[in-house]
Amino acid sequence: MANVEVVDQAGVTEKVEGVGVRRRDWLNIAAVSVAGVGGVAVLIPLINQMNPSADVLALASIEVDISKITPGMGIKTSWRKQPVFIRNLTPKEMAEANAVDVSSLRDPATLAERTKPGKENWLITLAVCTHLGCVPLGVTEGENRGAYGGYFCPCHGSSYDTAARIRSGPAPLNLNVPEYKFNSDTVVQIG
Amino acid sequence: MSFPWATHYAPKSAFTQWIDERLPLPRLVYNAVGAGYPVPRNLNYFWNFGVLAGAALGLQIITGIILAMHYAANGAIAFDSVEHIMRDVNSGWLLRYAHANGASFFFIVVYMHIGRGLYYGSYKAPREMIWLLGVVIFLLMMATAFMGYVLPWGQMSFWGAQVITGFFSAIPLVGEPIREWLLGGYAPDNAALNRFFSLHYLLPFVIAGVIILHIWALHIPGSNNPTGVDVKGPQDTVPFHPYYTAKDGFGLGVFLIAFSLFVFFMPNALGHPDNYIPANPLSTPAHIVPEWYFLPFYAILKSFTVNFLWIPAKLWGVMAMFGSILLLFVLPWLDRSPVRSSNYRPLYKWFFWALVVDVLVLGWLGQAPAEEPFVRLSQFCAAYYFAHFLIILPIVSKIERPKPLPMSISSSVLHGEAQESAPYGAGGEAPLVAAAPARAH
Amino acid sequence: MVRIIAFLAGLVFVAALVVAMLIPRQPAVENTAHHFHVEPKQVAFASDGAFGRFDRQQLQRGFQVYKEVCAACHSLRHVAFRDLTDLGFSAPEVKAIAKGWATEVPSVNPDTGEPATRKAIPSDMFPSPYANEVAARAANNNALPPDLSLMTKAREGHAEYVHGLLTGYRPAPANLPVEARPGPGLYYNPVYANLNIAMPPPLVADGQVSYSDGTKPTVDQMAQDVSAFLIWTAEPKLENRKRTGVAVLLFLLLATTLAYFAYQNIWAEKKGKHLPQT
Repeated sequence: MANVEVVDQAGVTEKVEGVGVRRRDWLNIAAVSVAGVGGVAVLIPLINQMNPSADVLALASIEVDISKITPGMGIKTSWRKQPVFIRNLTPKEMAEANAVDVSSLRDPATLAERTKPGKENWLITLAVCTHLGCVPLGVTEGENRGAYGGYFCPCHGSSYDTAARIRSGPAPLNLNVPEYKFNSDTVVQIG
Repeated sequence: MSFPWATHYAPKSAFTQWIDERLPLPRLVYNAVGAGYPVPRNLNYFWNFGVLAGAALGLQIITGIILAMHYAANGAIAFDSVEHIMRDVNSGWLLRYAHANGASFFFIVVYMHIGRGLYYGSYKAPREMIWLLGVVIFLLMMATAFMGYVLPWGQMSFWGAQVITGFFSAIPLVGEPIREWLLGGYAPDNAALNRFFSLHYLLPFVIAGVIILHIWALHIPGSNNPTGVDVKGPQDTVPFHPYYTAKDGFGLGVFLIAFSLFVFFMPNALGHPDNYIPANPLSTPAHIVPEWYFLPFYAILKSFTVNFLWIPAKLWGVMAMFGSILLLFVLPWLDRSPVRSSNYRPLYKWFFWALVVDVLVLGWLGQAPAEEPFVRLSQFCAAYYFAHFLIILPIVSKIERPKPLPMSISSSVLHGEAQESAPYGAGGEAPLVAAAPARAH
Repeated sequence: MVRIIAFLAGLVFVAALVVAMLIPRQPAVENTAHHFHVEPKQVAFASDGAFGRFDRQQLQRGFQVYKEVCAACHSLRHVAFRDLTDLGFSAPEVKAIAKGWATEVPSVNPDTGEPATRKAIPSDMFPSPYANEVAARAANNNALPPDLSLMTKAREGHAEYVHGLLTGYRPAPANLPVEARPGPGLYYNPVYANLNIAMPPPLVADGQVSYSDGTKPTVDQMAQDVSAFLIWTAEPKLENRKRTGVAVLLFLLLATTLAYFAYQNIWAEKKGKHLPQT
């Protein structure tokens, strides 16, 4: 659009004035270009306003008390308005997870890589299926854990194992492990 | 469009040709605001305000759509959601201040645009329809602005909604039911806030639609000009683009500078402190006033203080306030003078400037307390307002002896500022030559 | 026909107004509050003017005054603890301020579901000192301490008004009519529109707050500091706004100048005027 105007303006003046016009054409071009730069600059806040606002960003880290989660139990908590699974694995579940041949996995990772050293029993993952974002079942007692004893997504049938790695179904990746750290033995900070 | 010498759209490439044969939108734009629209060559800066009003509407629609992404139209959280925009949303403060001050600037440019129309007789034949559509736009703007001012749900929002819907309760018999219907309750609350939000979002698009009709109607007779004399030939006009696009570009820059001064350095100067207090249905602010652009009409409303001819003062005030705007609809038939421009109307000119002063004083009186001498002065000014349009204007147009009009726009131009345009000589020949290149492509 | 109807309508409107103008007025009553009212005096704040910036030391002092004096009765419900980083506090300091805040945040006991309170965290808004309006009025002789977040934008006179009000308390003058004298639970303050305000003088003595930066805590200084703090709470993006504004104006001046010359350039042959060659 801007370019067309420049051509038009230049065209008109050129024809009328003939010789000596070129020198002054830069004015029209400069004016339109500067206006274009301004227009683009205005777009920045107009687009940026859709990014998470300061109050949303302030919720980016939460602290969770895990003292009441006994082995074999899991909880679902909320971080950045997304569900998060925190699971205290039993030794049997850990053994099952470690028995798998990592190279055979769709998204290869060991349980140790997905947990913190010395805290391998604490499996903390986003409860968001990597297929299309449903919340998998299996964290609450009595829910369907799927064929691999971890989580099962009811939407399209993805099964995750006890280390929350994808084993069957359409999901491409393991359940995401968020950034977290242990502030103490009983308090974990996510984010 | 309307003049035979208007240049015709000629697609420059196979692609634009292809488009033109299927959807002649570029052709439409070319004829509306491009080189295909011949415009009198003598327009002064007062003719910038139409384009600026369009720009202001665009600004309001863009910032408004964005604010609606963050605003919550619920009495419990509306005020907080506005503060959320101001504090937490990225650039939210900029968007909200731009929208709030944008409303004021929209009215400033529209008032200048209306004032220009009044001074240069742009409402007269054959341009009555442009004027009527303009008054419709003005009414829609007022409704939109009022409903927008309610949305932050501060004290002035709430009491503005209370007072303005109260106008309708002045109507005999059906007034109170109408008010309750408008509010969806007995006082402004969620129901009112939600419908105001919905309509505040809708009406700007209606305004945009009426603006298209306004411009369409403008292109039938073409633009008026400071002499008010009809265009006689190609020597009187220049193509809209690039001549007036360039001038409007400069005008837009000046507008944006003034606008930025308010948005960035005194964003609350045109607002009212009480609107930073959350709405409280149990306590009215000591001094309630509408936004500045409604003040002249508010002064007219307040100036009717006595029952007269068995009609209560309240109903007089409301009738007068609506009447003061609605009378603009019959203006083209009140002013019978064949001369458009006040430059050639020695008597009317004085009354025009008296009206400008009158409206400014009314605006000042609109925010003054209901004490003397303000009440008497506003009664005087309101009386002049009505007398001006309904009594003086028809009489003046009958008795006035206008000054001789120039033969044509180009002769006026050549006898005036362009006297030194020696290269083209003094005749009407040169502009023809100048217009030719535009015709060529 | 239109003109005849218009003429008659005009006559009726004008007649109604002329009658209203001619009706005799009641003599105006002398407004006591108006007579004794005192305008707040002018105070300069670092954030004034097109290039104004906050004085962060002052904001921190003002925050201290708010915390130690105002917060007992006044909420700050649009401001979050996390916002205090703007004042120059570090994230751990903000966390400590939130944790140590005298009023706790309403919460739910996770075991019983009963209403409870918990320590504030940085993402919380400043908690209100009262559970609700009824509680606030009950504790304050039926007066409601207003929220202070937007106070400097919500009053004519802005921050100067806040400063004027805080320093405006004085004994009622002898010539004050009896009906305008402060009743029980009211205090004479001519900066306040009604002359008598329900808020007891909050800043009563120099040194009421001890500043750690060496500033002498006079009543006037404390009032200025807390007013500056309330400018920030009302408009935390003020610096951003002014800085952006200067840049935008510079750009617009350049763009508009160019647009002017381009306009003259395009019109040059129409007007027969030529630009100075550049």
